[in-house]
Order: sequence, then C-alpha cells, then structure tokens
Amino acid sequence: MIQINEETAKERIARRIAAEFDSSENRFVLNLGVGIPTMVADYVKNSNVYIQAENGMLGVGPLAAEGRGDWQLINAGRQIVTQTQGCSFFDSSMSFGMIRGGHVDATVLGAFEVDEQANIANWIIPNGKQLGVGGAMDLVSGANRVIVAIQHLDRKGASKIKHKCVLPITGFHEADLIVTEYAVFCYENEQLVLKEYAPEVTLDDILRITEANYVISPAVKVMEVVV
Amino acid sequence: MKKAIQILTCEQAIKTMIAPHSRVMVGGFGLRGYPEALVEALVDSGIGELTIISNDLGSPGVGLGKLLTNNQLKGLVGNYYNWNPEVAYAYNEGKITVDLLPQGTFAEGIRAAGAGIPAFYTLAGVGTELAKGKETRKIGEREYVLEYSISGDVALIKAHKADELGNLVYYKTARNFNPLMAMACKHVIAQVDEIVPAGTLDPECIVTPHIFVDVLVLNGGKAK
Repeated sequence: MIQINEETAKERIARRIAAEFDSSENRFVLNLGVGIPTMVADYVKNSNVYIQAENGMLGVGPLAAEGRGDWQLINAGRQIVTQTQGCSFFDSSMSFGMIRGGHVDATVLGAFEVDEQANIANWIIPNGKQLGVGGAMDLVSGANRVIVAIQHLDRKGASKIKHKCVLPITGFHEADLIVTEYAVFCYENEQLVLKEYAPEVTLDDILRITEANYVISPAVKVMEVVV
Repeated sequence: MKKAIQILTCEQAIKTMIAPHSRVMVGGFGLRGYPEALVEALVDSGIGELTIISNDLGSPGVGLGKLLTNNQLKGLVGNYYNWNPEVAYAYNEGKITVDLLPQGTFAEGIRAAGAGIPAFYTLAGVGTELAKGKETRKIGEREYVLEYSISGDVALIKAHKADELGNLVYYKTARNFNPLMAMACKHVIAQVDEIVPAGTLDPECIVTPHIFVDVLVLNGGKAK
C-alpha cells in the first residue's frame, strides 16, 4: 500500500473537510479545533461560513501575517488571527452558550482515537505532561455536527480508528463524520459506514489498516483529492 | 452597597485585598486579557497557599506560571493547562490540587455564581472521568450532569478602558472570562490601559457596569 506522508495527509484531510461546507446557502457557524482543524479555514471557499473561536469571537479571519497582527486578537490555539468584516467579540459564557445552545452548526476537532461507536478520545493521555480539557467536551455535546480530523495510523502504524477507545473519552457516540487521509466514515444507525476511500488504496487496504468494524456504503466512492 | 471606586497601585491593591488561602480569580485566555501588572504584583508579594481560578496558568515561568514556580499555590480550578506542563508535573507529584472542568462548564459556573444561581445541569462531560462522582439527572431524553457555581474572594481582571466610576469596556479576544469574573467575587480589582472621565464611554457599549468594580489600577506599560 502506498504511504501518504504526514504533510500531504494533513492537507488532504483539511481540504476534504472544507468541502463539506461548500454547498451551504445559509449562514453556517463553524468551530475549528487546534491542529489539522485550524488548516480547514484555509480551504473554506463559501462566504456563508462564519468561523467561531471559543475564546470569544465570531467571524475569525485568516492567520495574521508574521509580525503584522494584533497580539490581543487570537484564536483558541493562541494563534494571532485577523478579523473579518462584521465580526463580533463576546465573553466566554456567551461563547459557550452559543456552543451548548446548539447555535454552532459544526465543529471540527482532532483526536488521539475514535472508535466504532463514534466515541472520541481527544483530551488527555493520563499521567502525561498535559493536564487540560479545553472546550472539547462542550463542543462534542453541543455542536450540531461533529467532524473528526484524524490521521488513520499512529506513528507505529497502528489504527487510530479503534474497535474501542483505550484513552479517556471526550464524548460518547458524538462523531458524525470521521475523515482520514485514506477514508471517510460516517456514523449512521449505530455503526460506522465507509463512504469514501483514497485513490491510492483498495477496499482491502482500508480493511487491513482499520481496527474498527464498519460497513461499506452501497454508494462508496473514491475520495476526490487535490493532494 | 459598595465603597466608592479606589484607584491604587498594583502593590497596594494586592496587599489590601489578598491574604494567604485566598481564592483568587484571574481573567485571561492564553496570555491575552490577563492583568499582567497585577499578576506580577501578586508574585512579588510572595503570598502563598492561594487557590487560583483561571482558564489556564500561562506558560512555564510566564504570567500566572510564576506563581507555581514560586510555590505560592495550593490549588487550581480551571480548564486548560496544556500550555504549562509544570502544572501536570506538580499535580502528578501531589503538590497541588487541580479541579479540571470543561471550558463551557467553567465559564458558566463563574457566570452562575455572579448571577445567584447555585448549580446547573449540562451535557458536557456526561459519562467521562470529569463527571465521576457528580450527580446526574435525566431530563427529557438525555442525561445531564449537575455542576456547581464557582465563586472567589477576589477577582483580578483586565479591561481596556474604565471611566472614573469604574465602568469597563474590553478589547477584542482579551475580553474572555473578565466580565464574568467581575460578577463572581467579593472584591474586584481591574487593571486597565486608560481611565477616562465619567460620561465619555458610550453607555450602549459598557460591558461591565461600575457596581461590580472596587479598585482600578492603571497599566504602567504594555507588558506582554
């Protein structure tokens, strides 16, 4: 099976997720997590999409040019961003009221693992050097649609699409769409459904690199890729 | 009733309002919108056994991170310490307690305290390790977890401008938790970039009305 390098994998995942929002004719509120999810903003073409940052902003623009930004204007990943016309700022309670109250149409987040019951593990590796949860638990339970951006395999080549998550769970049965560099799964009727697979691989390859059980959609197709 | 607004130096404000074992709320998110000069003064005071209620703890040796390096902490209530791994080390070694909450629950807990609501139900965290031992209740089709309000003795907040009465306006994403914390503590010290005459801030744009603020300190420099 052809290996896809990390840089290409990340860009491919981000582009594929951005394509999910192309057709929205209504105002669409999108929250992006740290890592690959942040890259999604670079590929969103639809001007109906408004990006929300949970630290208190609706209408996040592109990252500021190096050394040119306003240091007090950041996204939730502490990156200095720009503001779009018509953007607004608000406190953290309103920000999470927006999220918890179901006013955010989709959230894209990264994960350590996701499993066949659409459980997401993305907040902690126990006894490690990081102790924090961020807004992930509020986002997976509050956003109307949860999209997981995840590389298919870990550094040792093991599947991150698990039979059952090993790490502490962020939210149960919350992943609606899982996008990797090799495949796109959705969660329907309490099972994972393979919708797309990458042009470099076969259905047998996907079976081999995926620990989770899944069914193949009757409409399964090859992923449209730019990279 | 509250005393008339006082304008003090950071050192005076910290000395008069904070004591060992105080529960201190500090505004800010990711080193933006935290009261840099007040935090420096708190570090310099050496006051210990503090419980700090804040989103994060700065970075190692930066901002609130200095309180940990300086052994002034008893406990933390907050949300995200990934930017300061020294928190995880201190917690794993049993040196400090950490009450970790989902960010929205943390924000709402503070809002609730300021608004006189003792507890609330939320979906965030249900069934996870962060909800262990907490009461749950099924409302309609879904199960929710009961979370309590979060109050403090003193809030150290950062605003952009104050007028002479203590009305506050904020700046971009430096607003974050500051307006919530201003309502959730017995005493509130606000560090501001500028103090303008009463009547010059647009009443439609005031975010924190002056009744929530006790002390103003003027930000000396643009510390980062």
